[in-house]
This record gives sequence, C-alpha cells and structure tokens, in this order.
Amino acid sequence: MVRSSASNSNKTVGVLALQGAFASHEAVFESLGVRSLQVRTPEDLGQVDALVLPGGESTTISQLLESSELFEPVKKSVHEGMPVFGTCAGMILLSKKILDGRADQLSFGAIDIEVQRNAYGRQIDSFEADIEVKTFSTPFHAVFIRAPRISKLGSGVTVLAELDKDVVLARQNNVMVASFHPELSRDDRVHQLFLKEI
Amino acid sequence: MAKRETDRANKSATGSMVVKRGLAEMLKGGVIMDVVNPEQAKIAEDAGACAVMALERVPADIRRDGGVARMSDPEMINGIQAVCSIPVMAKARIGHFVEAQVLESLGVDFIDESEVLTPADETHHIDKFKFTAPFVCGATNLGEALRRISEGAALIRSKGEAGTGNIVEAVRHLRSIIGDIRKIEQADSAELFDWAKKLQAPLPLVQEIAETGWLQVPLFCAGGIATPSDAALAMQLGAQAVFVGSGIFKSDDPAPRAKAIVEATTHFRDADIIAKVSRNLGVPMTGIGMDKIEQRYAERGW
Repeated sequence: MVRSSASNSNKTVGVLALQGAFASHEAVFESLGVRSLQVRTPEDLGQVDALVLPGGESTTISQLLESSELFEPVKKSVHEGMPVFGTCAGMILLSKKILDGRADQLSFGAIDIEVQRNAYGRQIDSFEADIEVKTFSTPFHAVFIRAPRISKLGSGVTVLAELDKDVVLARQNNVMVASFHPELSRDDRVHQLFLKEI
Repeated sequence: MAKRETDRANKSATGSMVVKRGLAEMLKGGVIMDVVNPEQAKIAEDAGACAVMALERVPADIRRDGGVARMSDPEMINGIQAVCSIPVMAKARIGHFVEAQVLESLGVDFIDESEVLTPADETHHIDKFKFTAPFVCGATNLGEALRRISEGAALIRSKGEAGTGNIVEAVRHLRSIIGDIRKIEQADSAELFDWAKKLQAPLPLVQEIAETGWLQVPLFCAGGIATPSDAALAMQLGAQAVFVGSGIFKSDDPAPRAKAIVEATTHFRDADIIAKVSRNLGVPMTGIGMDKIEQRYAERGW
C-alpha cells in the first residue's frame, strides 16, 4: 500500500472507514501510488493530510462519527482547511442542509449546498451514465447508487459537472463533493482532480 | 420516503451488474438486521443498521413453528419501507422467481434468495440476470458461491445456520470460502481446471479469482451472529459486513445490543472498543447446539 509518487510523495490521504465503500477508494489511491489510511479513530485522523468521506449509509456513518468521537475532530479539520472529498453519503455529510434525512442526522455544513437523500428513488432506479466534467477531454462514466441530489447551491460553490441539469460534482474551497461513485468506475480522473488540491 | 419522478431519457443503464454490485459495496462494514415490523425497523435504523431485512418471522421462529416458510406479505414489506430511509431487503424462496418478481415490483432494494424459507425448486435457483433488483444468495463453500455468481448474484453471504444464535457454522463456511480463495490464488494455471471441476464452478470465474485474489462480488457473513464479538469474529475472518437475524430481536434488550453490534463491526480489530460496547447488554438469544437441530437450512440450495 505504501508507494510514493512524484506529486504526493509525502502526503497521506485518509479514507473514513466507519462504514461503506472505503476499500474501493483505497484501491484507487493505491493504483495511483498515493499512500492512504483507514480512519476510524481521532488518532487515525491525526495522521492524514486529506480525507475522503465514502459512500455508504449516511445515517449509519453519522451515528458512528458520534460514537467513535470523530464528529468534532473531523468538523474542526474540515473548517481549518483540510482537503476533503465526499462521495454520495459523504456528500450528504458535508452539506449544509439535508432533506429527507433523520431528525438527528449530523452534517458538517462544510459546503453551501442543500441535499435531498435518495432523490432518484430506490435501488431499482440506480443507474450508470456518462457525464461531462469540466477540464476532462472525454466523458466520465459515472455510477449513481440510491443517489442524493443537490437541491440548492450557494453562490460560492463551483459546478464541475452536471447531469440533466442536476449538479453532480462540485467544489467550494477545500471541499469537493460528488453525488456519484468515482471509486466504482475504472477511471481515476476524479480522484486525480481531488489530489491536485492536496 | 420521498420519491421524485425523474426523466430517465438520459440515463444509460439501470440494473447493470456494476449498479447491482455497487449497492453491495455501499453496505460494506455495516450490519443488516432482520426486522418483522415497522417498530423493529425504526429500532434497527436508530441503532445504525445499514439496511434491514423485512420478514414475517425471524429464523428462530420459523424453526420453532415449522411448516412452509414463504415470502412475506407485501403489506408488511411496504409498512417497513414507509418508516425506513435505509435500504430494505426481503426474502424469496430458492427458485421461486415469481416471489422475486413481486419483491422487485414492491421496490425492494436487495432480494435474498434464501435457504431460510422453504425451497420452491430442488434443482434450479432463480436466473438473477433477468431482474433489475440485485440479489444476495447464501453459500457454504466457494463452489456454491461461484454457482450463485454465475446465475447473477451481486452479493454472497455465508449461510451459517440461521436461527440458532450459534456462530460455528458461519465460521466453517467463511473459512471454507476464503481458504479456497487463498489456495486458488497460489495455484498454477493447469491446476485451475481441476479446481473448477472440484468446485463444480465455471472455469472463467475460477481463473478470475486466481488473478484478483477475491470473489467477483462482496462476501458478507450471516447465520448465527448473536454478540458484538461474533460480528467482529466474522469481520476478522474476512467477511466484509454482517447480517444479524434472530440475534437482535430475540435478545433481552434489542436496541443497545443492535448498537453494540454496529460499533463492533466497524471497530472489529479493536478489542478495547469491543469490550466497551459488550458491557451490560443483557441476555443474548439462548441459542441451539448443532446436535439439537432437526433441519439444517444450510443444506438447502444446490
């Protein structure tokens, strides 16, 4: 797992490993030669330079963030400028407001978006589609699993990709979010986009 | 749950293997809990379950009652879907493709073609490629797992012995599946033909395991988990998530036990945390020894 690359040789990317698709993200970083670490405790968090919040169940991850005493430390790191990338459930956790979530569901309020959970329907409505990402010369084949939808977007948020007028990839300062799962496509360009900011 | 009509024109594919396996990936590291009514479903979601399995009777009760066990009442499945925001799974009988069609029409997120129900076909499993909804199937060994994958299963779980609260069979099945994966990884190309023959599994799937060192789909554990340590044992043996059936709602105090199993599944290598969450959980389900069982569910399936 520990390999070096020219651009990120000294950096470690943490992948929040409380629940969800953390191993798939790690596999992408490994293939890119970037060191990654599974984050389950505040001590783990102290060892990383950036953090990925993977897909999974946002209600589950939200509760485990609390019971693992990680919610406040992650919130602090994000607000202090640590580069973070949230995919699907991770995007929900980073958002300012959650629609159709649980009343006690926590979010970091790190990016000025409002997100509707499971907005595309149940699993039988999950889909794959090509999306145009700004700065990519060819489309990115994206996988949407019980995906959330960005229902409102603040003026400070940069849109990086859309699908049928829905914003599916966006960034605000140190926070990048995707409503799809770049870790499930055999294409590492979205991860590379994130790594550029580290 | 809020559902919004969406324009599907620009969406290339629903129900592809990537999309089906994708949901299985999202469940990793989590706990899927059996629930028999909306109240239990709420308790499960509150405790941090990553999905629930909606069924009329937990396996321990199916075992006690005997008779033919079938798909649950659609009304009851819809009732659970109405109170949950997490994925809802449900069980169809082995080979009963019409029960599976009904579950798909209800919008069930994952269909479990399950040996816990009474099989409907003693030769054939369901052709799972025909469905948009993903399927999970049980397996006792690698050959069985690969046969289910060749029929289109998007997720494999160890069968264990459901409704017993006894982890011994799940351990046997996980060790058998993962042990054979390790051996195949070490085998040379000529030996793979013999492996395919021995496992009664398609050669290309065996060759793929030799190359990647893992199954084509995620592997979860089911059948006998009753304590946080049981869940962590399954995870340390190599399972990627756990199903808990009777173990939660047949125990004294389901809510704290459910939460403790969720935390132990996440922190499965951290004995301090497992010790902490295991305190004062009350009495676990009583459990049954394997020599006291009349019907072994794990023997169902071919």
